[in-house]
Amino acid sequence: MTPAKLDLSPLRRAAAWRPAEYAFWLLPVAAFFLFPKSLALLSQIAITALFCLSLDLILGYAGIVSLGHAAFFGLGAYAAGLMAKYGWGDPLLGLAGAAVMAAAAGFLTSFLVLRGTDLTRLMVTLGVSMMLYEAANKLTDFTGGVDGLQGVDIQPVLGMFSFDLYGKTAYWYSVAILFVMFWLARRLVHSPFGLSLRGIRQNVGRMPAIGAPVNARLVAAYTIGAAYAGIAGALLTQTTQFVSLDVMAFSRSAELLLILVLGGTGSLYGALIGTMVFMAAHHFLSDINPQYWQFWLGAALVLIVLFARDGIMGLLRKLSTRARTSS
Amino acid sequence: MKLTKTLTAAVFALGAALSAQAAEPLKIGLVLPMTGPFAAYGKQIEHGVKLYLERNGDTVAGRKVELIVKDDAPGTAGDVSKRLAQELVVKDNVDILAGFCLTPSAFAVAPLATEAKKPMIIMNAATSAITTKSNYIVRTSMTLPQITAPIATWAAKNGIKKVFTVVADYGPGHDAEGQFKKTFLAAGGEITGEVRVPVRNPDFAPYLQKVKDTKPDAVFIFVPAGEAGIGFMKGFQERGLAQAGIKVIATGDLLDEEVLDAIGDPALGVISSFHYSEAHKSPENLAYVAAYTKAYPKDRPNFMSAGGYDGMHLIAEVLKKTGGDASGDKFIEAAKGMKWTSPRGPVSIDPATRDIVQTVYIRKVTKVGGKLQNVEFDQVNEFKDPGKQ
Amino acid sequence: MTIIFDGLAAGMLLFLISVGLSVTLGLMNFVNLAHGAFAMLGGYTCALLLSRLGVPFLLAVPAAAATAALAGVILERTLYRRLYAATHLDQVLFSIGLIFMAISTAHYFFGATQQPIVLPEFLKGQINLPGLDVGIYRLFLIGVGLVLAAGLQWMVSHTNFGAQLRAAVDNPRAARGLGINVDRVFTLTFALGSGLAGLGGALGIEMLGLDPGFPVKYIVYFLIVVAVGGSGNIKGSLLAALMLGVFDVAGKYYLPQVGAFVIYAVMVVMLIVRPQGLFGRSAAK
Repeated sequence: MTPAKLDLSPLRRAAAWRPAEYAFWLLPVAAFFLFPKSLALLSQIAITALFCLSLDLILGYAGIVSLGHAAFFGLGAYAAGLMAKYGWGDPLLGLAGAAVMAAAAGFLTSFLVLRGTDLTRLMVTLGVSMMLYEAANKLTDFTGGVDGLQGVDIQPVLGMFSFDLYGKTAYWYSVAILFVMFWLARRLVHSPFGLSLRGIRQNVGRMPAIGAPVNARLVAAYTIGAAYAGIAGALLTQTTQFVSLDVMAFSRSAELLLILVLGGTGSLYGALIGTMVFMAAHHFLSDINPQYWQFWLGAALVLIVLFARDGIMGLLRKLSTRARTSS
Repeated sequence: MKLTKTLTAAVFALGAALSAQAAEPLKIGLVLPMTGPFAAYGKQIEHGVKLYLERNGDTVAGRKVELIVKDDAPGTAGDVSKRLAQELVVKDNVDILAGFCLTPSAFAVAPLATEAKKPMIIMNAATSAITTKSNYIVRTSMTLPQITAPIATWAAKNGIKKVFTVVADYGPGHDAEGQFKKTFLAAGGEITGEVRVPVRNPDFAPYLQKVKDTKPDAVFIFVPAGEAGIGFMKGFQERGLAQAGIKVIATGDLLDEEVLDAIGDPALGVISSFHYSEAHKSPENLAYVAAYTKAYPKDRPNFMSAGGYDGMHLIAEVLKKTGGDASGDKFIEAAKGMKWTSPRGPVSIDPATRDIVQTVYIRKVTKVGGKLQNVEFDQVNEFKDPGKQ
Repeated sequence: MTIIFDGLAAGMLLFLISVGLSVTLGLMNFVNLAHGAFAMLGGYTCALLLSRLGVPFLLAVPAAAATAALAGVILERTLYRRLYAATHLDQVLFSIGLIFMAISTAHYFFGATQQPIVLPEFLKGQINLPGLDVGIYRLFLIGVGLVLAAGLQWMVSHTNFGAQLRAAVDNPRAARGLGINVDRVFTLTFALGSGLAGLGGALGIEMLGLDPGFPVKYIVYFLIVVAVGGSGNIKGSLLAALMLGVFDVAGKYYLPQVGAFVIYAVMVVMLIVRPQGLFGRSAAK
């Protein structure tokens, strides 16, 4: 009895790195030399990109809409912050601790989001994150409450590179972690596990028929997404040496969803590009007009929805097919 | 011979460097929430700073002042404030960091001020411990214990024996509750009940009912200024608590001039302690209010604009003293012990803590010329922050 | 007793500010997060009419609703209708864009401060019965809410327009085939939803305050009511809002330590027990 041979070559081809992707990852290197004085902003873009990636894993691949993803980001941020405060200031150890903490919370709450419609999921995730927010707000002795957690003392990365005023270490550290996590996520979505998630998103009814355990897959995806968000939160704590209660706020979850939809869901790169575009636009507009920049940002969003559905990635895809057909 | 020559050259070079520096513009980075829930605060502080420059000229000790405003909305996200401050230092090369509306933004930026050796002027954030977080911090607003303790003392002295405390359930609320209880109990008062309400709380009905049921002499309230204060005061009136003989005592931020109109008549008679009132009777304040109203006819001057105004005043006076040198250590040394008469009354910078020392007034909401005002009727002079004693 | 009354009033307020969303989201299946922006427009209209022009409160409130409805018609005709076929996520993105614009616009014209509002004398104060203190404005809110709920329920299930609407939502093509002017039905319904938002905004100022942050500040509450009630269901929204109000107020009175958690906990539990909402149609798309 030999198992039936499957032709996996199209899948392998889809998983192979394309030239455009190599070019994309040269951007952070170029940015370092082009904008040496904006590294603080660039690191936060990298961190938000990782956070956005985590939402893409659960929304774009597993199809779970969340309006409370900042809960995991915040848990990771607090986990790393508290570890550093009480003596475990090694950055990589902090990331691991944050990932474990957020993954545990993700696993426990994943059972709440298995049932129901999109709206129900949206509200359950929101409810969970709001309760965590209130808990962090109330436990002032432990978290510092709304005043923020102080005394976060981070040791140098790998014992060699300490965090500096210009933010060089913070930048390379964030970009490196983003790249590693992205690489893992890319492997994941092209694995059989990732394909089964895609199947679930496209047709929940049929997946059990081919023997895919739907609920177990969703729980796993949600847990992984939470762990990613936790790592992003820990990065923010470590690069700013401070945790504010705002890391768990509703506005952070909502903004994240906005960024992901803007970039385009379900392609990993959409999360990265969406973050870059959104944060750059935010920064640029609020510098020109600190009081009313929101108006222009809002107008841009409206125009994008009207003229470029499926986010920026959708637009890029359309452009590239048009270029290919015309040539 | 050679040595003298080198020395002279060195002195010349130094002199040239100094005068070049004096001619350079003085860059001040203002980190303030200009959008989001605290936009009104940011706007007021910016008004204060700009008004000072308008009235006193925008050149300080030979250096032209250049303001760079950064919006750190929502104001409670330390990471955002820190990034903007970092950019101001690294990219814009500012000489002074100023603004800082809320505590988390001040806490997050404090280590940066230490590292970059830049003076950091706190124009609003009021948690007591902020000035201990960096030796480069000076505060020109107030501290929470500083404005809370006087109302507790006043209440105990004026026949209020039993008080029910209602505070918002977050850091500053806990601090206000703690300070009030400490002072009030020490003065022989009694706390008959205490409750912490969620920060976002559209309806005060259940809490007010609780207050009504315990029948205290007064209720002490501390909630973030804005809709929470309005909701509380309106509910207080609706429920007829005043008729039941219950007074409201509060810290003045609840009755800040900008919110007072929105509360309306239910605010009448509320007694509070605070460091600034638009109705403060002094020639300095009269001139200040007139200038403010002329420059910003849509808004009313309040404690936040006073914080910004005095912050800018401090910067200008310090630079006059140092001859235009804004480097961190020199600036802070010169700022210590600085005394002046602000629109709010006499103020000074405590040399030991770099925090503000000021008169705290007891005021009552009264209608003056058709406008609700906090009219001062009692005061505690040269009051230091009790949170650091 | 007073606590239950206050809870009902708080719930009715929740109902009033979210029923408009229940109409657009539930009946038209459009995720209009900018609901709060229409409510804010209603609020500002009401506040301005009261303070600048001295219009009586009872006239200012319907005027506010009308203004919001008119704005709804204009926006529906120009923008919203292009997005009926779009995905929910695109609708979210679009309506958040509108929120941002609304916030900045309000900020620009009215400043960032709270708007004052003074109620007429006959709506102020309390009626004191033995064991029960009844706030008059609260009583007024309960009355308005009940009338509105009954009217809407009747309209959706008993009028010709309601039938056309349900047909147009369930199957626009078939509805067109039957000679229903689907575009007009949608425009009118959208106007109704925004008008209700404006009404809620105007009635809510007294208790919720009004500043440019309004659309974001209360978005969570709108969504809670609609989700728990089951979207598109007037009766469900009403019941959900009342339950949430009573639980919230009672929780805060008896267990103030956990006051902030109550509303979210109740929501999560209710949604786990009934994922489609209290009266959700299980087939609702």
